[in-house]
Formats: sequence, C-alpha cells, structure tokens
Amino acid sequence: MASILRFRKLCILVPVKCSPVSYESHDAPEAGKKEDSPISAVEQVSEKPQVKKNKRQPKQWRCIDKYCRMIGYICTTWWLILFSFNCLTANLPGLKVPEPPGARLRREGLTALHPVVLVPGIVTGGLELWEGKPCSEGLFRKRLWGGNFAEIFKRPLCLLEHLSLDNETGLDPPGIRVRAVAGLVAADYFAPGYFVWANLIENLAKIGYEGKNMFMAAYDWRLSFQNTEIRDQTLSRLKSQIELMYLTNGRKKVVVVPHSMGVIYFLHFLKWVEAPPPMGGGGGPDWCNKHVKAIMNIGPAFLGVPKAVGSLLSAESKDVAFLRAMAPGLFSSKTLGLQTLEHAMRVGRTWDSVISLLPKGGETIWGNLDWSPEEGHVCDSLKKRQLQASASDDKGNNSDSRRAFHVKELTKYGRIVSFGKNASELPSSQFSPLVFKGSSTNSAGVSCGKVWTEYNEMSHDSIRRVAENKAYTAETVMDLLRLVAPKLMQRAEAQFSHGIAENLDDPKYNHYKYWSNPLETKLPNAPDMEIYCLYGAGLPTERSYVYKLTPPDRCKSIPFQIDGSADGSNSCLKGGVYFGDGDESVPVLSGGFMCAKGWRGRTRFNPSGIATYIREYHHKAPRSLLEGRGLESGSHVAIMGNVAFIEDVLRVAAGASGAGLGGDKVYSDIMRMSERIDIRL
Amino acid sequence: MIRRRKAGAEPKKPLTSSPLQSESDENKDQKKNFEAENGKLNVNENENENSKNLNWKSSTKSRGRSWNCLDSCCWFVGYICSIWWFLLFSYNAMPASFPQYVTEAITGPLPDPPGVKLAKEGLKAKHPVVFVPGIVTGGLELWEGHHCAEGLFRKRLWGGTFGEIYKRPLCWAEHMSLDNETGLDPPGIRIRPVSGLVAADYFAPGYFVWAVLIANLARIGYEEKNMYMAAYDWRISFQNTEVRDQTLSTIKSNIELMVATSGGKKVVVIPHSMGVLYFLHFMKWVEAPAPMGGGGGSDWCAEHIKAVMNIGGPFLGVPKSVAGLLSAEARDIAVARGMAPGFLDMDVFGLQTLQHVMRMTRTWDSTMSMIPKGGDTIWGGLDWSPEEGYECSPKKQNNNNSETGGQNGFGNLGNATQVHYGRMISFGKGVAELHSSKLERVDFRGAMKGNHLANTTCHDVWNEYHDMGVEGVKAVADFKVYTAGSVLDLLHFVAPKMMKRGGAHFSYGIADDLDDEKYEHYKYWSNPLETKLPNAPDMEILSMYGVGIPTERAYVYEFSPTPECFTPFRIDTSAEAGYEGTCLKGGVFSVDGDETVPTLSAGFMSAKGWRGKTRFNPSGIRTYIREYNHAPPANLLEGRGTQSGAHVDIMGNFALIEDILRVAAGATGQDLGGDRVYSDIFKWSERINLKL
Repeated sequence: MASILRFRKLCILVPVKCSPVSYESHDAPEAGKKEDSPISAVEQVSEKPQVKKNKRQPKQWRCIDKYCRMIGYICTTWWLILFSFNCLTANLPGLKVPEPPGARLRREGLTALHPVVLVPGIVTGGLELWEGKPCSEGLFRKRLWGGNFAEIFKRPLCLLEHLSLDNETGLDPPGIRVRAVAGLVAADYFAPGYFVWANLIENLAKIGYEGKNMFMAAYDWRLSFQNTEIRDQTLSRLKSQIELMYLTNGRKKVVVVPHSMGVIYFLHFLKWVEAPPPMGGGGGPDWCNKHVKAIMNIGPAFLGVPKAVGSLLSAESKDVAFLRAMAPGLFSSKTLGLQTLEHAMRVGRTWDSVISLLPKGGETIWGNLDWSPEEGHVCDSLKKRQLQASASDDKGNNSDSRRAFHVKELTKYGRIVSFGKNASELPSSQFSPLVFKGSSTNSAGVSCGKVWTEYNEMSHDSIRRVAENKAYTAETVMDLLRLVAPKLMQRAEAQFSHGIAENLDDPKYNHYKYWSNPLETKLPNAPDMEIYCLYGAGLPTERSYVYKLTPPDRCKSIPFQIDGSADGSNSCLKGGVYFGDGDESVPVLSGGFMCAKGWRGRTRFNPSGIATYIREYHHKAPRSLLEGRGLESGSHVAIMGNVAFIEDVLRVAAGASGAGLGGDKVYSDIMRMSERIDIRL
Repeated sequence: MIRRRKAGAEPKKPLTSSPLQSESDENKDQKKNFEAENGKLNVNENENENSKNLNWKSSTKSRGRSWNCLDSCCWFVGYICSIWWFLLFSYNAMPASFPQYVTEAITGPLPDPPGVKLAKEGLKAKHPVVFVPGIVTGGLELWEGHHCAEGLFRKRLWGGTFGEIYKRPLCWAEHMSLDNETGLDPPGIRIRPVSGLVAADYFAPGYFVWAVLIANLARIGYEEKNMYMAAYDWRISFQNTEVRDQTLSTIKSNIELMVATSGGKKVVVIPHSMGVLYFLHFMKWVEAPAPMGGGGGSDWCAEHIKAVMNIGGPFLGVPKSVAGLLSAEARDIAVARGMAPGFLDMDVFGLQTLQHVMRMTRTWDSTMSMIPKGGDTIWGGLDWSPEEGYECSPKKQNNNNSETGGQNGFGNLGNATQVHYGRMISFGKGVAELHSSKLERVDFRGAMKGNHLANTTCHDVWNEYHDMGVEGVKAVADFKVYTAGSVLDLLHFVAPKMMKRGGAHFSYGIADDLDDEKYEHYKYWSNPLETKLPNAPDMEILSMYGVGIPTERAYVYEFSPTPECFTPFRIDTSAEAGYEGTCLKGGVFSVDGDETVPTLSAGFMSAKGWRGKTRFNPSGIRTYIREYNHAPPANLLEGRGTQSGAHVDIMGNFALIEDILRVAAGATGQDLGGDRVYSDIFKWSERINLKL
C-alpha cells in the first residue's frame, strides 16, 4: 500500500515539475524543424544553429539523466502494475481464490472443540538473539533465523557464529544466547510470503480457534530434545500449557499437530511426560490418555531421513548438489573467502537435532546392500501409470530377483551412500567386507581456511580407505559418521539412539535417548488416543547418494561430495541422488511405516492398541501461478496448504475420529513396502 | 540509436502519444539517416567531421523529440528513486553503532544503561518477572471480522502502525467496539490480545513501552523463559477477560510454571497503569474459590509472589477517565480543538471523529475501572481537597515553599488563588472558583429526560446523549459543580446503559466493613478501598511513579453550541486563570503527577492506606513509595529521556529500571533505600480522613 501512496503523491507532484521542462522540450523539436529544411539544401548553413543547440542540449540530457529516466520508467510501470494489481485482484472473477476449507466447514457447522497444539519441525521455527557478541549489535530480540534473513547477507560470519552451538556440550557457547521465538509467530511464516503454519492457523480460526485454544509449541530446534528441557524447560512449558488448555476449554483433550522433526520431538515428549521427575515430567502413566485426543503427524520423520546423512557427511543435499553441477566455481572456489559449505557444515554439526533425523532401524528397515523395501519403485510417474496394470507382476518378479541378482534396473536403495556410480549398482558379492581401522589422526596438513571441521583431523589415508569401502547401508553409515565426525557422534549418541529394541521392557530403555525412536519405545498407555500419519506422496525424494572424493589437491576440508554427474539410465538416479517416493524430504517408508505396520493393531511398540491411520496426499503441482504453492501440494512444507489436509485436521479438531475421516487413504506402495520389512512386532 | 529511441517510445504508447506519431517519427529518422549517409557520400574535405555531426545531430533530434512531458516525469521519478535508494543503501551500510557514536561525540560518553552497569556489578537473573501492561498499550489483533476487514487476519488493529485507521476508519471503529449490552464481542467479530513479549514492547514503531526494560533485564540474564508478558484484552472488564479468554487462569498457570521451573523462586510482578488494578483483581481472583475465582487458596500469593512493583498505578482512578467518558476528550484533544476549532467539530470527510471515538470507547468496560474511587473522602468535596495549596509553577513552589505551606491550611477558603480540586467538573470558570455557599445548584437527578430530540437522525452515530434530550442536558449543567462522588451520579445520568454494565464489574466506594460477605463479589476486587490485601506478609508492594508534571485533576466544562448533533458537553478551553503559575490552563486544573495519574491516586495506598497493618492490609505487607522526579530529555538524541517521569516514558527511566533490576535479582524494598519521595504525598495523605 505504501507504494500506492507514493504513487498518489507522485501524481500530485509530477505535473508541477513537468511544466517547465516540457516548455523546454517543446522548444527542442521546433529547433529541429528549423534545421530540417536547410539540412537537405546546404549543410554548412545548418551548422551554426546546430552548434548552438549542441551546447544547450547536453546540459539537460546527459548520461545521468538517461539513467534517471530509465529508472523512472521502471518505477512508474512497476507502480502502475502494482496499483492495478491491488485494485483488480479482488474484482476479477478469474482470479478469485477458491473458498478456504475453513469457511466451507464452518458452514457445515463445525466449530472449535478440542484445543490444538502445533509442534513445528526443524529449521522452520524462528530463532532470536537475546545476548550476543559485539558484532551482533542492534539485533537484540531480532530474528537471526526465519524472517527475511537480511542479516545473513550483511554479516554472515557473525551470524553463523551466533547460530552455532558449543561443540562439546551442544548448548550455548559462552556469551551467546539465541532462543526460540515464542507464540504463533514462531513458525507461521518462515520467510515473508513463505507460509508454514499460517494457512492452517487461518483455517482453524475460521471455525473459531484463537489464541486461547491454539498453542505453538516452539522450541529451539538446534538442541537435542532433552536439552530443550534442561536449558529452556520447553517440555515443562508444553505440559503446563496442554494442562491449562485442557482445563480452560471444558476438559476437552488436545489435538496435537506436529510437523516433520516435531513428530519425533512430540514422541519424546510423550515418554518424557510419563517418566518420573528427575528425568521426566512426572505426569504418570495415564497423562496422555487424559490429555491427548489425537496426534496428527504431518510429514513424520519417524524413521529418519536419508537427507540427514547427506547433510552431515558433506553439508549438501540434492539442491546444493544440483547447484554445484550447474555452477562448479561457485561452491568450490573460495570466492569472497566464504567457503560456504565448510561454514554450513561446521554450524550444522554443532546442532544435535540433526542426528535425530538419521535413519533409524538400520538394515532391517532401510535395506541392506542387496535389498530394500522400496525395490521395484518406478521413479517416472508417467511410466508408472502405464505400468500400473503390470505392476503386481513386476513386484512378484522383483521379490524373486532378491535371490538372484540379475535384474539390472533394480535400484539398490539400501546402499544409502556409495562411492562411485558403479558401487551403487554392483552386486554385493564383489565388495570386500567393511573394516574400519582405528582412524589415524595424524592430520593431513595445515588446513587452508580458518574454518575448522573435523575432517581436518583425518588423514588422507583414512579418507581413501573410507571411499574404498564403496557402499554403506543404513547401519554402516553410522560407523562411517562415527569415523568422520567422532565428536559430533559422541555428543549426539548420548542424546539419540537409532537401533531396534530387542526387549522393550529392558530398564535401559527408560533412558531419554531412546524416547524419540519409535522402534525403541512403547507408545503410552492411551487406548483412546489416535495417531495419524499425514504425508505427501508422489514426489521424488532423496533416498540414497552416490558420492565421490573431492580432488585431493584442492585446498578443501570436505573430502567427499555428491557426484553430481552420476545420472542413471532409469530416472531414479539424477545428479548423484537416487530418488524414491515421498514428499520431497521424507520418504514414504519413514513417514508411513509406523502407522502402516509398526503400530498397527496391538504390537509390542503399541501395547495399548492405539488406533493408527494413514492419510496420504497425492502431490499435484499448482495449476496456475496464482495458486502459489498449490492447493493440492504434497511436498514436505507446502502440504500445510493442501486443502484436503487442512480439512482433515479441522474435522479432527472439531471432534471427528479417524474412522469419521474415512480411515486410511493410501496412494503409495507403503503397505506393500511395510510387508517386506521383517520386524518382530 | 534506433533501439534506444524505441525503448524510450515504448512505455508512452499506452498512455498518451498515438502510435501514428511515433511511426512518423521513425520515418523522419530514417529519412534523416538516409540524408546523413548521403551527406557522407557527398565528398567533402571535412567529411568525417560532417558525418559525425550529422549523425550526432540526427540523434539529438530524435532525443529532443522524445524529451517530452512524460520523459521529464519519468526523469523526475527516477531521480527521486535513485536518491532514495542511495540514502537507503547508505543507511543500511552504516554501522549500527553510528548514531551512538555521533551522540557521544556531541555530548560526551553516555552513561551505561542500567542493565550493563548492574551486570558489571554481578547481578544475575533470579526471580522470574511478570509484566502486566496497562490500558491502550497492549496490541490487539483480528481473529475474525466482517467483510471490510478482509486481509487483516492476525494483523494488529491496535498497536503497530495503525495504518488501518487511515485506510478504513469506520471499519476499524466497528471492529474495535464491543457489544453495547454485554461488553463482550459483537457477533461475527473476534479481536484478541497479542500474546508474548511483543504484545506491548513497542506501542508503535519506535515508541517503546516495555522494550527498554526488557532489554535491560536481558542484560542480566533474563530471557523468554523467565519473563512473561501477561497480555490481556484491555477493553473488556477484568472478570470478562477470564470469562471470555481465560486470561486470569493463563496468568496463574504461567506464574506457577515459572516458579516451578526456576527452582521455587517467587515471581516479581511489574504492572503498569491499569495493569495495577488488573493485578489487584488477579490477586483476589486467585484466592477466591473455584466458580468465580481461581481456587488457589489463601496463601497462593505468599507462595508465588515476591514483590509487586506498581508503575504509575491509578489505584484510586484518574480524573482523566471522567472527561474521557463524558466527552471523549482529554487535555490533548481539548487543546487541539482550541487551536483548530473547525477540525474536530466540522463534518469534514463525514467523519465525526469525536462521536465515533466516543461511541467506541463507551463500549469498553475497562475505562470504567479508572473512574475516581473513594468519592469525596479521597478526592475532596466542594470546598476541600487533599491537594489544596499546591502551587503549579514548580519554580514558585521552590521559592515559596515555607510560605505557602504556612498560608494554606484547612479552612483558608477565602484565598482567591485557592484551587477547588474537589470540584472535579464545574460548568463555567466562575463556578469553579465560587465559594460553596454562593453556589446555586439544581439537582439533576430527578430531572426528566427529554424523550425527543430536534433531529435524532442527523447523524448515524449513536450514543446515549441522544436519549437524554435537551432538558436532561440543561439539568446537568444546572447542577453546576460535581465532586468525585456526584460525578458518578452524573455518569449514571448521562450514560445509564454504560454505567449499568460497568456497575456490574466495578465499584468505586469505600468499604465500611471489609468482612461483609458482599465484598466477595468480583466487582470489588479491583478497588483497593473495598478489598483486603492477600495474606502474604513476605510480599512487598512498591508504588513507583513519576512526579513533577502537571496532571489533569479537574475540568471546566461548557455546553456545546449544537447539542442535538454533537456531544453536548465539552471542556471550555477558553478558561484560563489569567495569571502566571496558574493551575488552570485550557479548562483543566492540573496538579502534581505523571501527566496521567495524579500523585494522590498513585501514592495514597502505599503512603497511608496500606502502610503498616491496616484493615486494608491485615497481614502487614510492607509498602514502599519510589518517586521519580521528571527531568525532560537533555537533547533530541536521548529520545524520550532517561530521567522522564511521564506515565509511559517512565519505563525508560534509568533509575526506575535499576530499581526493578535490583529487586528482580533479589533485593528487597529496604535494600533499595526505602521510600524516595519528592512530592507532598505524605502531607496530602495525612489530610485524608479514612478509617484504617
């Protein structure tokens, strides 16, 4: 609107300014006409007045004037467009935004019933500065993360320093306090115009929700889950808030809507709240049954995401890898002395929470060298539709081929990291067994940059040895990480665990590090609770990587990078990344397995038989630009604007049960994939 | 060249110049080019030069042609834009410490902000802190609205930029109003308080309220987890915040949580302005049993609260609120009207500003919580007031301190300069100064209200004056003088609906017997003269307020010339005392205070009402008075001053911040140095004859 005001001001100002200049400009063409006639006849004659004019003209029409005129044109056109856009959008019938689901459901008579708790995921929550080094002056209580990120460009190093945590403790470095933004503003928009929760909040408000029955459980997503309680008492606050909302809303249980990493954060909370006081919240075993009606997990990363491996190993995932392939100089050279990747890696490695996203369940879940639950997945969606009929036969063949490794097209998803494209396709018999010798810590040499990563402590030898082992599965990848980032893993493995429990009654599972792993905890004793897995499907999602060694002569401290040149004959391999089905971040397997099998019915992970439902949302790209990020999107974050998804959440918040929604809604092969996973239930 | 000209011609096409014109331009140019080339062919000695000239000439010509009005407009726009961008860029590129550097270069090194100073002393965050914002300063945002408010979802309607007021004023006023009957949301509209520290850190961009205090607390280690902004909807009555939003429950739960998570450290509560009354209400609410109260039990306060540090608390109400309710104006507006009489009265833009504002504010129950309490006993009668003898000019007061003290005692009523502060509202300046025995008053209470008006529908703005009629208005004016007690009757007379609504939530009297059962009703909870303080002997109550600024205390009113269509009463801005050092300026008698709250209201309870073990304070909670003498900012760079005593600006007063930080870090009121008094509050309190 400000620009319109400015425009209005201009309209008033401009004519005033206009008149004297236009007077002169009327002069000019006349002078030109005068010259016109003599020119053709006698040229010499015309020279005199011409010179006169030459003298006067440059004064008002110089380079700078031309520049100004150009800017003026651009500005004016811009304002005009903006103005007409502001005037017209509301009135043009074609541009009408479809009615939001909240308004429709309200007409159906839905009203706010159960309080809603929103649990944001990693990265999407805002972080603000409470205490900093001198370089961060003027940023007190300003967002360092989230918002417009202007400060990243202004003082990148300062910002990165403030965003990192202490390398030893995983808590604040001395003299720096960066805290999570509180309230709904914490994660409604990640950046201006890029909604995360805003859409859902708005639709909830349409059926009567407001501040008192909607709570954003913002937490510092950089910390390990238990540390959020130790440092900020976030879990205690969440508990108190849920109890308060339960009481003040007429003893209606809450509906929890966690997203992405928030899903495992809330899983941790469920165990924490039951555990006795020193380590837990002391809520007792029936706290969940009393206070929680349903958990609607959005894009749940229950079993971790392979992306986390990529980002830990080389601070890159698909997007970065593509970028590097396109502009190789940008990331590798030390333009501006930035060493972007190294910095990102150093900061990212101080964040314990990333570890919580490493694939859990090892080879049982994610597959081994030769087998994976997703095998036979057809990456090209077009092709998939054509092959739909014969799909079942294919699957039969594939399971046969598990024994005889000669079907070449099969993607070996189980090899989460392989060095070289060949290694990702080779049959397993040709691999030498994995041996990690004690990593010799004689440093390869002086590190060139000032940026320190743990790679600097590794010798070239051990790096080469790592690469020679060719392929890593979900289990051996952990060993690999332990080798290349010993400190990080040591710190983080005190906070998280990634295995599968043999015996869930073992007292060791009372420790908090197991609480966020669904394969090592029992769900609370809450038979009335419902658990939903809501996620997008139909998007290519990173599942495993082809790596290569960085050329050793390069003065770089990250020795590995994704091999952006590795493209497969089938479309599953693109730019060094094997894709599976999922929501662009979380593979279907991780999102759906627990609801599809691990917790379905009464299992040892779900002793009280909590009902689970899978609701998948098939991705459809936005039809027009005006739809923004799409009303039927299935991608990890944009799904929060998916109309069907919002409707589901609203219905449950207004009292519906999972069966009332229509039970499972499945598009992907999740059921079949889960079948293939052999886990004791 | 051609390309350039084309680029120039393109944008103007859609606007003015016809395509024909430009085409002909083009033709001419081509012709000229052709000629120019011809000229080149026609060999000459200075051929090169010629052709150059020609080329140049033709190009200038084409330029000259495109140099018309539109171009100059664009040139002008571009010029402005570039300068603007340049300035913006240099502003952004400027290091953040630059303004401070300049300030220090001019004025010498600035004192450390108290947070830094105390952090150096070794103070650490200890007790959790709760802020309770006052009226008006808290932000309100839209959760559900009518069509006209589209696109404003979760945007601030109050606080922030106030941009919407200018864009859609009627829509804004409609949304900000509450239901006239219930005092709650009108149907289809939900406006809710902003939550979190952002609710009241800045009222408008650059206009801090709590931000400075928060920043200083953060210096000694406070952060979100041990600071809590108890934001509430300041438009509705205190009990309704609980009924509608469960705000009191939320505050209780949050205080309990903070005490639990900080290792059993009690909280320090810092209410400001109306928040003081709100928190008084809270303390009674939390003790009361469950259906009406919070069920916390009688020792909840003792267990959870270390100190209540009231900033500028209008314990006994503010006279300003009377003027606000009666004619929607306080001194600021009255002065504005005095200067530009046409502006507010005229129907410019059909806005009827005052009437709209009045209709809106009259739906806000909370304004009634600040009507002066305690009646004539506290605020003075026709001939007497506790503040009498106050000299308004500070200089004079200093010079004649002993003299005036001797002259002005009780019964010295013949003195012409004596201001009758007790007469809160007088119709006409003469009446304000007349001896009481000479006053001729006609009681208005029984007066018939006219049930018709000359032209009720002359404007669509409804307020209760329309129901009053000419006779009623006359009767009101005939009563001539109103004291704090009779002002209540006046308000009941002119705004019966509002007062009926408000009477259910607030009470303004003095309790005879505090153990009377009726005082368990919530409407008495925010009146310190009708409640007992909680049983919390370890708690401390501090009254912190600014002094040294003239503060509205009593008003001179006049009829409005056209009572049918406008608010029939308004402040008589022409009433001036006519000599220097006067307390009467622009129709307003002023007295010592912080510009909004008179010293009497802010300090009396701590100075006398609660001092020691009294019937209002049975457990003997210790009280302290901390006054901050107002000193205007030394220079422009200081902004609103580091020694200000004004009602809101005091939140940036370094001395006040230091006091708060010390208490939050564990000090007691005694450690701060006990009372710190500049005004005559103790003398005035002495004069008030109240059973304790």
